[in-house]
Amino acid sequence: MAVAPPTRPMVCGACAVTPAAETLAARKAPTDARVMLSLPTIRCAGCISAVERGLNAMPDVRSARVNLTLKRVSIDGAPDLTAGAAIDALERLGYEAHELDPGILSATETDRAGRDILMRLAVAGFAAMNVMLLSVAIWSGAADATRDLFHWISAAIALPTIAFSGQPFFRNAWAALSVRRLNMDVPISLAILLAGGMSLFETMQSGHHAYFDAALSLTFFLLAGRYLDHRTRAVARSAAEELAALEVPRALKMTADGPQEVAIAALAVGDVVQVRPGGRVPVDGIITTGQSEIDRSLLTGESLPVFAGGGDAVSAGEVNLTGPLEVRVTAAGEDSSLHRMADLVAVAESTRNRYTSLADRAAGIYAPGVHLLSLFAFIGWMIISGGDVRLALNIAVAVLIITCPCALGLAVPAVTTAASGRLFKRGMLIKDGTALERLAEVDTVVFDKTGTLTLGAPEPTNLDQHSNRHLQVALALAAQSAHPLAEALTKTARRGGITPARVTDIREEPGYGVAGTWQGQTVRFGRAAWLGATPGDATAAWLRIGDADPVEFTFSDSLRPGAAKAVADLRAQGKSVHLLSGDAAGPVADLATRLEIADWQAGVLPSEKAAFVQSLSDAGARVLMVGDGLNDTAALSAAHVSISPASALDAARVASDIVLLGSDLSPLGDAMITAKRATRRIKENFTIAALYNMIAIPIALVGLATPLAAALAMSASSITVSLNALRLR
Amino acid sequence: MEMLVYLIPISLFLGGLGLAAFFWALRSRQYDDPEGDGQRFLNDDWDDHPKP
Repeated sequence: MAVAPPTRPMVCGACAVTPAAETLAARKAPTDARVMLSLPTIRCAGCISAVERGLNAMPDVRSARVNLTLKRVSIDGAPDLTAGAAIDALERLGYEAHELDPGILSATETDRAGRDILMRLAVAGFAAMNVMLLSVAIWSGAADATRDLFHWISAAIALPTIAFSGQPFFRNAWAALSVRRLNMDVPISLAILLAGGMSLFETMQSGHHAYFDAALSLTFFLLAGRYLDHRTRAVARSAAEELAALEVPRALKMTADGPQEVAIAALAVGDVVQVRPGGRVPVDGIITTGQSEIDRSLLTGESLPVFAGGGDAVSAGEVNLTGPLEVRVTAAGEDSSLHRMADLVAVAESTRNRYTSLADRAAGIYAPGVHLLSLFAFIGWMIISGGDVRLALNIAVAVLIITCPCALGLAVPAVTTAASGRLFKRGMLIKDGTALERLAEVDTVVFDKTGTLTLGAPEPTNLDQHSNRHLQVALALAAQSAHPLAEALTKTARRGGITPARVTDIREEPGYGVAGTWQGQTVRFGRAAWLGATPGDATAAWLRIGDADPVEFTFSDSLRPGAAKAVADLRAQGKSVHLLSGDAAGPVADLATRLEIADWQAGVLPSEKAAFVQSLSDAGARVLMVGDGLNDTAALSAAHVSISPASALDAARVASDIVLLGSDLSPLGDAMITAKRATRRIKENFTIAALYNMIAIPIALVGLATPLAAALAMSASSITVSLNALRLR
Repeated sequence: MEMLVYLIPISLFLGGLGLAAFFWALRSRQYDDPEGDGQRFLNDDWDDHPKP
């Protein structure tokens, strides 16, 4: 039962006025403040100018610039500009804003690698166009001196371009060769280099055929595939980093001058930190003062808050619900239980069977095949022609160029770009390149309950069984508390038109409940044990008027939007659906019947979850795990493919291949279908590329392949493959 | 055929100009926010007078 959506940073209105935040900002940037905010709700030109105008009107802001593609605004301003002030200003304008940690984001802010590829792509495109123009003149019959001149000009353009634009391939090929392996880049590099070298030799000998245009268009098409691939990954990575950057790691340290905001990394064992109600506990520690209720759902999956008071241990990642707590640090940062769990995930990740993607499998068959074929052509023609090295080499190069995986280089990236673009629009972020292929193979789905199928927000279930008098008193008491159960009751009761009773002397007993006086009697609303009631199976709060018997208000977790549709869709697709939860049997059984999931288990420990997923995989099933808590991370990394909602804990999001950006689960069924279609398109593309090769290879082998034929085969197959991928959008 | 002596350098020069323009655009971060740039021209803030 997570109270505050966990990805929301604890940026409060008060931060704007606390001196601590200002000194922190000033220390980080002595002359200039640079604030980055995430703006999830902006989508139009009106929003851009409203946000920029609103921020520029603030006295401390020097300039604000919105990036609509990334849905972010970066603000430069005077040293005492704080994120809190900017967020308040935006909230008054009606825009939701969250602070981002610029340190984590700096890596994606300037996409150096992407720009590098784009630059090489542009050079290759420029050179390919010019050389192609000259080649057309040669194909249409330029002869003798003109042809030689054109060949020399082509060489002057092509050779420096190959040296510059081909570098990514050469580097990868060298890296593979130096560990004695073959990858797709080896035949590519060989084809480009041999085509360039052979053509230069032919030009010097004033030969008829030069393959400069083929070498360049090969480079161009392959770089285009490489760029698409990079683009998909960069978008996913920057969004994933943004999710991580949402949790600005700060804690309130108690010092002689009162609480001070410090970075979690700066905390040491023995320090005392304050945890406000609604805040995430930043460290492992022992409570020194205060009492409250603690929500452990992200760590254990249990939906019922636990009482915690002086001397009790708390772990990083738990959420404090009602009263302020002071916690003495026993382990911080790297040593905290949160980090230890995250480390376990890292270990699980490294031992996970590495999935070989379709592209890698194709390359594994393809690369040796191409080399053997062109070697065979060389030897064959040496024998036929009686030792004419130039002819044999020419034919071998033609074979290498014609079979070169131009279409293969585009076959996968073009499809994954189209598919992940489609899923991104529906609110799913593909973090891993092979996630789509793996998702397409899934036949079993395992769901976590709290925070995944449910929102972790309670809903009262038995209000209609209570008398109006009870409801009025309960509402009067509940309205004074920030506890999630009280808030849920208040909201529902108000909507039902119930007016609160006149209760006086209302006071909250942190960790227990709310008490007051009504018509001369003491009334109390809170935990069962505090009121002398016997707690039942369901999540409940109790009301006691005077000495009368306590009455029970039960709650159940509200269903995540789209959860029912997602489960129904998956079952309609013939997947077997399981529900695993660390919560008690009552709520789990209730949810399982609501969603018609026959196969459920309650009270499952984190290691048992992972073991269950493992046993399914051992039995031959391909498991999709959907979960959000720390208790799910091991299972997430043990599964064939995994999905977590954006509200999940950092470690869970890191462990999963796909992140759901919205709170809606319904795109799940659609994602399965898209993944299946994407895999089918990839295979179709391989077939298309193979068909072209089946026609072109015999022509090249008998020595009839001219540079014109090579150019036609290459362009035609690349364009067909790209168009086929676009059908997915 | 003598025209080629002029035409080929001219075509290469013009193409090179386009390439240089692309480099400049890439380096001055004009490809960082394609979606936002597509929307910004709808903005009527500077319709009456140029941005100072």
